[in-house]
Amino acid sequence: MIQLFWRDIGLSVRSGGGFGLALIFFLIVVILIPFALGPDQAALAKVAPGVLWLGALLACLLSLDRIFGLDFEDGTLDLLATSPLPPEAVYIAKAAAHWLTTGLPLSLAAPVLGVLLNLEFETGKVLCLSLVLGTPALSLIGAFGASLTLGVKRGGLLLSLLVLPLYVPSLIFGAQAVRLAGQGLAYDVALVLLSAISLGAAAILPFASGAALRINLR
Amino acid sequence: MGWSGRLLPWIAAAAAVSLCSGLIWGYFFTPDDMRQGSTVKIIYLHVPAALMAINGYLLMFVGALVWLIRRQHVSVLAAKAAAPVGMVMTLVALATGAIWGQPMWGTYWVWDPRLTSFLILFLFYVGYIALWAAIEDEDTAADLTSVLAIVGAVFALLSRYAVLFWNQGLHQGTTVTVVDGAKQENISNVFFQPLLLSMAGFGLLFLTLLLIGTRTEVRSRRLKVLQARERME
Amino acid sequence: MLQVSNLSVARGGMTLLCGVDFSLSAGQILVLRGANGLGKTSLLRCIAGLQNPVEGQIIAPETVAYSGHADGLKGQMTVLENLAFWASIYRGPSPDVALDAYDLHALADRPAANLSAGQKRRLGLARMQVSGCALWVMDEPTVSLDADNVALFRAALARHVQSGGAAVITTHIDLEIASAQLLDLTRFKARGLSGSSAFAEALE
Repeated sequence: MIQLFWRDIGLSVRSGGGFGLALIFFLIVVILIPFALGPDQAALAKVAPGVLWLGALLACLLSLDRIFGLDFEDGTLDLLATSPLPPEAVYIAKAAAHWLTTGLPLSLAAPVLGVLLNLEFETGKVLCLSLVLGTPALSLIGAFGASLTLGVKRGGLLLSLLVLPLYVPSLIFGAQAVRLAGQGLAYDVALVLLSAISLGAAAILPFASGAALRINLR
Repeated sequence: MGWSGRLLPWIAAAAAVSLCSGLIWGYFFTPDDMRQGSTVKIIYLHVPAALMAINGYLLMFVGALVWLIRRQHVSVLAAKAAAPVGMVMTLVALATGAIWGQPMWGTYWVWDPRLTSFLILFLFYVGYIALWAAIEDEDTAADLTSVLAIVGAVFALLSRYAVLFWNQGLHQGTTVTVVDGAKQENISNVFFQPLLLSMAGFGLLFLTLLLIGTRTEVRSRRLKVLQARERME
Repeated sequence: MLQVSNLSVARGGMTLLCGVDFSLSAGQILVLRGANGLGKTSLLRCIAGLQNPVEGQIIAPETVAYSGHADGLKGQMTVLENLAFWASIYRGPSPDVALDAYDLHALADRPAANLSAGQKRRLGLARMQVSGCALWVMDEPTVSLDADNVALFRAALARHVQSGGAAVITTHIDLEIASAQLLDLTRFKARGLSGSSAFAEALE
């Protein structure tokens, strides 16, 4: 499983369109926000937590169909399915690789981009923490969606349609935590619930995705 | 197919009768509410629709479970048929909720926990129906949508509580009181009986549509199998 | 090593083959023949564990080495990296043996995307060697191979079965290995049977 994890990370770094794309997209979204909402600093600071969380979430969506899609197209997924690795392990390795190449960089970049939206430094730290705790759920849920839409041609839009409603709880708790921190209120409950979603997803989604992979490879 | 075909006209008739009588009774023969005027009467549409919206997803969940465990085709086809009905019920609940609230809130939409949860439920319905439509092979579609329905049910419940958490900080207390107020008054028989009738009507309507839909799906499958068999020879 | 009894294989809801029976012990090769569309690929996928048969039983080792129509290579990884990856997944022997067998040493550091079709196929076949699996299940392995490379494949296959392995292969060429048995699947073709899918229940 570890070898698959490292292989996917290596492939993501070597090929274009994987690694840096999500970060650039995140940057562009954050840049577009003031154009949409007007340059008022106070207003931007108020929406910054939610906008940054939303931007990171949408950036995660970008590379979801590549998680299984690339291997499906060149026949590697069939080979992985016949190998000693169970499909659940394939899912976990790939979701983890997605997180390391997408979720984690986005989490680290978010406070930096927060500067553009007048986000305070202390709040930025909570933003980074909430994203680090929440993006694993995004990768896990996204990979589950990818396993469902594996055989669908041009399934990117359908994938987004399936995955975005599933993202709602994580978005709620994550953005709320940062907002509370910005107001000086206690945010630990939100973070705990956010982590719980990530852990819960890690507990149940491997079985659902394993089933979906087996179904799609029949 | 046999028994459902024979029962269907009766169920449809019962649905029509109870729905009509419930709605007419509720709209025309009950007094106006003290505070809300006649707009509270929309409750005769709103509450049953909301109940059926949730019922629809429950049916999808059970159908999906039965299919994955016992591979009985009727259950997954019933789930597939329940989805559009449930989705429309959700839309009715949302629309009537918005219309009900407009005089109270001054706008057609507020992000109160209940309405927001129904909005998310609507999205789950859309996703389920979209996945069915996107996959060509029938067996594969049945399996994958069943997995989605089960995971979706977990997340739908989770979203319900997340939305409550999300809304606690804002003071939308008015909505809760309004709904509670209406519910309290329903204790009086005057409002409650037509509501019961209306709920029964909606339930029977749901059942009617579900039976029609499932029978159609079963026939559609038979047709496809026959066509495929023909291609083979 | 491999035993298939009364197997019915379907694809897309339609039963293709019915009542397939054969067994294979160590050191044997089974060559499957039959027209296109008969269901050879589906049968091999059942044996490899990718799909379930409609009926019947397959007794096979827990993991098999499978080679399908697609090459299963990652273009951005070099030949050696591709083989090393599979060797680590299967906990198999070192890639050097495979590189030897298919004369890939010269290409070891070339990214797989820069290989010709024939070279890619050789790499795909080399993967079978690093798997260390006793049973090879191969679907049209010699497509896009020229005569010299087919000879390499024959030699590798012969070595494999001599050391106790077995193989089930669909191919149109003559393997020129004495112990290879032929099985024509045409006599197992499903005739006029109803669809295998659970939805066929609906016809009652």
